[in-house]
Amino acid sequence: MAWLSKSLNSSLGKKLLMAITGLFLVSFLIVHCGLNATIFLNDGGATFNAGAEFMAKNPIIRTMEIVLFGGLLLHILDGLRLWMDNKKKRPVAYAVVDGAANSKWYSRSMGLLGTLLLLFLIIHLKHFWYFSRLTDNLTEEHTLYHEMQAVFTSPVVVAIYVLGCISLGYHLLHGFQSAFQSLGWNHPKYTPTIKCIGAAYAIIIAALFAAMPIALHFNLIH
Amino acid sequence: MEGNLNLTLKIWRQKNAQTAGKFETYQVSGISEDMSFLEMIDVLNNRLIEEGDDPVAFDHDCREGICGMCSMYINGRPHGPNKGVTTCQLHMRSFSDGQTITIEPWRAEAFPVIKDLVVNRSAFDRIIAAGGFISVNTGNAQDANSLPIPKDNADDAFAAAACIGCGACVAACKNASAMLFTSAKISQLALLPQGQAERAKRAEAMVAQMDEEGFGACSNTGACEAECPKGISLENIARMNREYFSSVFTSK
Amino acid sequence: MTKLDAKIPEGSLAEKWTKYRSSVSLVNPANKRNLEVVIVGSGLAGASAAASLAELGYKVKVFCFQDSPRRAHSIAAQGGINAAKNYQNDGDSIFRLFYDTIKGGDYRSREANVHRLAEVSGNIIDQCVAQGVPFAREYGGLLSNRSFGGTQVQRTFYAAGQTGQQLLLGAYSALQRQVGMGNVELFTRHEMQDVVVVDGKARGIIARNLVTGELERHFGHAVLLCTGGYGNVFYLSTNAMGSNVTAAWKAHKKGAFFANPCYTQIHPTCIPVSGDHQSKLTLMSESLRNDGRIWVPKKKDDPRKANEIPEDERDYYLERRYPAFGNLVPRDIASRAAKERCDAGYGVGSSKMAVYLDFAAAIVRYGKAEANKRNIHHASDEEIQLMGKEVVKEKYGNLFDMYKQITGEDPYELPMRIYPAVHYTMGGLWVDYNLMTTVPGLYALGEANFSDHGANRLGASALMQGLADGYFVIPYTIGAYLASEIRTPAMSTDSEAFVNAEKAVKEQIEKLMSIRGTKSVDYFHKKLGLIMWNQCGMARNEEGLKMAIADIQALRKEFWSDVRIPGEANNLNPELEKAGRVADFLELGELMCKDALDRNESCGGHFREEYQTEDGEALRDDENYAYVAAWEFKGESQFELHKEELKFENIKIAQRSYK
Repeated sequence: MAWLSKSLNSSLGKKLLMAITGLFLVSFLIVHCGLNATIFLNDGGATFNAGAEFMAKNPIIRTMEIVLFGGLLLHILDGLRLWMDNKKKRPVAYAVVDGAANSKWYSRSMGLLGTLLLLFLIIHLKHFWYFSRLTDNLTEEHTLYHEMQAVFTSPVVVAIYVLGCISLGYHLLHGFQSAFQSLGWNHPKYTPTIKCIGAAYAIIIAALFAAMPIALHFNLIH
Repeated sequence: MEGNLNLTLKIWRQKNAQTAGKFETYQVSGISEDMSFLEMIDVLNNRLIEEGDDPVAFDHDCREGICGMCSMYINGRPHGPNKGVTTCQLHMRSFSDGQTITIEPWRAEAFPVIKDLVVNRSAFDRIIAAGGFISVNTGNAQDANSLPIPKDNADDAFAAAACIGCGACVAACKNASAMLFTSAKISQLALLPQGQAERAKRAEAMVAQMDEEGFGACSNTGACEAECPKGISLENIARMNREYFSSVFTSK
Repeated sequence: MTKLDAKIPEGSLAEKWTKYRSSVSLVNPANKRNLEVVIVGSGLAGASAAASLAELGYKVKVFCFQDSPRRAHSIAAQGGINAAKNYQNDGDSIFRLFYDTIKGGDYRSREANVHRLAEVSGNIIDQCVAQGVPFAREYGGLLSNRSFGGTQVQRTFYAAGQTGQQLLLGAYSALQRQVGMGNVELFTRHEMQDVVVVDGKARGIIARNLVTGELERHFGHAVLLCTGGYGNVFYLSTNAMGSNVTAAWKAHKKGAFFANPCYTQIHPTCIPVSGDHQSKLTLMSESLRNDGRIWVPKKKDDPRKANEIPEDERDYYLERRYPAFGNLVPRDIASRAAKERCDAGYGVGSSKMAVYLDFAAAIVRYGKAEANKRNIHHASDEEIQLMGKEVVKEKYGNLFDMYKQITGEDPYELPMRIYPAVHYTMGGLWVDYNLMTTVPGLYALGEANFSDHGANRLGASALMQGLADGYFVIPYTIGAYLASEIRTPAMSTDSEAFVNAEKAVKEQIEKLMSIRGTKSVDYFHKKLGLIMWNQCGMARNEEGLKMAIADIQALRKEFWSDVRIPGEANNLNPELEKAGRVADFLELGELMCKDALDRNESCGGHFREEYQTEDGEALRDDENYAYVAAWEFKGESQFELHKEELKFENIKIAQRSYK
């Protein structure tokens, strides 16, 4: 297996790892966002709660949760490693850099966006994952939906969530299509479509997620 | 006085690899719009020589955009403000009177500064030596037309082979990555039937050498492609990724 | 007078090379490992020779002054490479390529060498394709060809307008493969300063490490100079800034004869000079003459713009004077015709020293053909223009872009303005059939030698010759010499010859650095260039040449007392590098003028105004000048002429006509 660790430690291997874990997280976000979006059904969170209950009890999902955390951790550690490695490759910085002339700012700021996301994620996990999995506070009277309503009463929290979603959107805007490139899937016929889907995905996911705290805060859904 | 451009130049000066460098500011006047950027530096250098100062050292040779030797980072961009152009083909009509121009050497761990704007790019030669060739000794070849190659493949191989090895891709990349350079050669040879025999080995060997030289990883920002004076495409990097992984996972 | 022995093998022309290859001495593989070869220059000739010799097992050292062997100026060759493949079924053959090259060279080249060149031309294409050189192809997947000047067949293989680049990168790849395998040791940013001769044989070189300024001694059983031409003696040329004569000139001063130095190729289609700042000139490939039509206004000093001049007021002077070849006459003829028109007052552009190269007709022609292909009947003029421009773009896009970049004008809309410029030097170190100079063990390959192009080189033949010498000639011919060297062990570089050679180089550098005068190296180089261009350029005469010789001598004296070289010798110092090169140009320039003065005839690139026909064509004197002029260095300003008679046994020597 020496060949595998050697390959995964190459500059291309690190990117492969980034791409695979990234796309895995992308697929998780679809499930997560889809489930949460049921709050817009205006059924008082009934569907949402049922879904949450299923997710909490189903053994396959619980196992996947471990895989998810593993993937997330790999994505973070690999990103950190890439960032630290890459930083060393230009020991003397340029005095003037006209980055906007040749690339998008968010493509150059994946480390920064990722860090913001990580900070947001810690807050987010504390709010909901910790609450639902590691405490006994979740009851029939106080469902996860109720907890969401409670958390998003604070305008500061809503602002943090919206900012988190914006970071997520930009992170995905580059990350989605970049993952395909790292995997070597670049073809004149398909790449424009991939880029299009990636952009749509990033915008839809970020907008839907951001809409949740806003809607709950302003009581736009019941 | 041939023209009417007056410019302020901020140029990186560094005596040699061992000494620390710093920016010096120079004024040049009477620059003609028809001058190339390097001819403008010639004007400055001639004045510096007359004044008894050391002229600015910079790499250049063919001055027609093909040898890949010129390498100036001008106002935050490799080869300056125009697309698809090397420094030697950049002309002063792209600048305006009174402008300040900052000129730096390529900056990368793998491209150490030799003097002023001159850097050492021999890492590129070593990447090619690691596998950027087809092992065919002189005299071994069959008749050239015994091997038809679809025109599209030949054209794509040519587009990749157009790389001049100037290093603008490394200079532009925020990670000082050499993937555009390396992938262009891997692509050229992977697209041609002649390159098939060594295809897998080549990708692994060249990537390993590229990493050993101290170039960074790719963040897929596309800056290299945007700044490449020969328009080498990012598709080549994707192809290199494919070549590399298919080799890594399938070789014995 | 020394008798020059070209060592041409016996036998009929077509058999010479085959017989030679079968009978030349061989070196066995075990001995090859102990034989070292120093190669200076990494262009087509140098890189291909280095790769091929290393593949055979010799220990090779390669030197280049650039930061990488891939930068050698062969890379800038645009149009193509000739080969007698007859893929187009248009009547090409080895003999026809041989004949065209001899005729194109105005009957001033050696038959045996040129025939060998034509014989191996096909192998070059095979070898390059096998290396992965992406030549242009047709839809069927087979190789595409185009025409070049001086021929009536399509035998030029090409890769867009970057053929030299692709061929060089092929040779460079082969070279780097050998570097990676440890068979070649590479010395970049090193410039050869002198040849070391031990007991009459070349045994190594003194090289300067351009980064540290250190002088290094390198031994070789043989030394190959693949250092290109000396066009930069004119200051302005299509050569690279660093192209120089130093290696060849130092060899000349160590006993190698310099042949036909006055044969200079002035390329007809270059972008005109735009001002005093001009540092170099840019070629627009000869391939453009496949489709571009060259013209000037019929009216003197016509102030109108090109597009405002009606068809019947244009003088397509090449088509008028040379109906058989039209715009595709050889370079020397096209250049002189342009000069003739401009001197007569018909030039265009602000300087009036330019002619038009017009693609309007080609755009319409291609546009109509394209409309037919796409089944568009009754296409409008705009549609035809658009489709025509697309085709032209595919063929010449990179050249058009380059023109626009440099001049700021769009050649799709306005005709290009072009003027002749110094491009190539047919002269060079005299070599025999083995490519060996008059110093045993010292070889010259590619543009650095004089051998194949006579007084004028045909387009797309330089790449052919460089690669022929490196891939297919030297691997055989060097054996003839090295077979007798197997008993010579590698020499210590502490011997007296090496120490003295290094000392002399050191003294010259110290002398240059100590002048501390008032004028930059460029000042002298520009002055020399102007003298050469005016008196030893496209047209020469006795009076001018005599004046030039005196002027160059005076300029050389001034250089050695008033040049200013800033900085230090033990550091990267581009001014010091330039000074060394210009010092040699200042000596070479004088020899070029002397050679031109001595040759009382006009032939190829050498046009003496005193010797022309009534209608202004070159007038050769075969009775008195059918020889190679090989000059021996005898001391400053002293050169002795040796003649190698040229015998034409297979070609009937005739007045060259392209009418």
